[in-house]
Amino acid sequence: MEIDRTLIGRASRVELHEVERGAIRRFAEAIGDREPLHLSGEIAPPTFPTTFHGELPGLALDKKRILHAGEEYRYHRPIRAGDALQVVWRVDDVYEKEGSLGRMTFIVIASEGRDGLGLLVYRSRSTLIYR
Amino acid sequence: MRLPEPGEEIPRLVKEPVGKLQLLHYAGASGDDNLVHTDVETARSVGLPSVIAHGMLSMGFLGQLLTDYAGAGSVRGIEVRFRRMVHLGDRLTCRGVVREVRGADGGHLVALRVWAENDGGEQVTEGDAEIWLGF
Repeated sequence: MEIDRTLIGRASRVELHEVERGAIRRFAEAIGDREPLHLSGEIAPPTFPTTFHGELPGLALDKKRILHAGEEYRYHRPIRAGDALQVVWRVDDVYEKEGSLGRMTFIVIASEGRDGLGLLVYRSRSTLIYR
Repeated sequence: MRLPEPGEEIPRLVKEPVGKLQLLHYAGASGDDNLVHTDVETARSVGLPSVIAHGMLSMGFLGQLLTDYAGAGSVRGIEVRFRRMVHLGDRLTCRGVVREVRGADGGHLVALRVWAENDGGEQVTEGDAEIWLGF
């Protein structure tokens, strides 16, 4: 498929993610985190939104061709067990850049999670290189 | 705990070398099922000597650096670039240096430069973070 700037603005459906203690605990354990409030599953570690997945219509990328170039999280408050987050993803930018491996396509995907009251909990930005 | 000063390095976090079991667990817990992280055959098919770590695992280590220092829920922001691959057996040391401290929300916001380096001293993952201290 063609990856070009016409994809900018394309958004996912709103996906509901219920944050479970067990999921927080497993994530913290996998990292080797020792923080008691992470290991008890009460508060999620800062990179926890990486466990949320959604589909962007028309953006079916071949995983073998993706390189993860960068990631960002901004929090209004921490994610806690019991949160029911409404998460949405959006293609924020697509651009070409000359790199050491030749011409590469960069795709920036922004995301945000809101709580049951519609209040913003976090925003994220992933920068992917598509080869 | 006291308020840090610009230029000050926070306590380093030295992780255990990255092993296959950790990559399996991280793949399961994060839902990142790209086989380049868990299947040697797949990794070799794309020219790698063996499986490589998820970039997000190294960012998770940096998250741990920050919450070990300032506690759960203290991270307001973290932004990183994945510069180099993390190979099986690599031991990462996570480091953070304070850039700026300013009063906010009845406490202090601390901006830091953070990075994870391998035993060769190469920065594999690097970026910026902001934590909030409630005093």
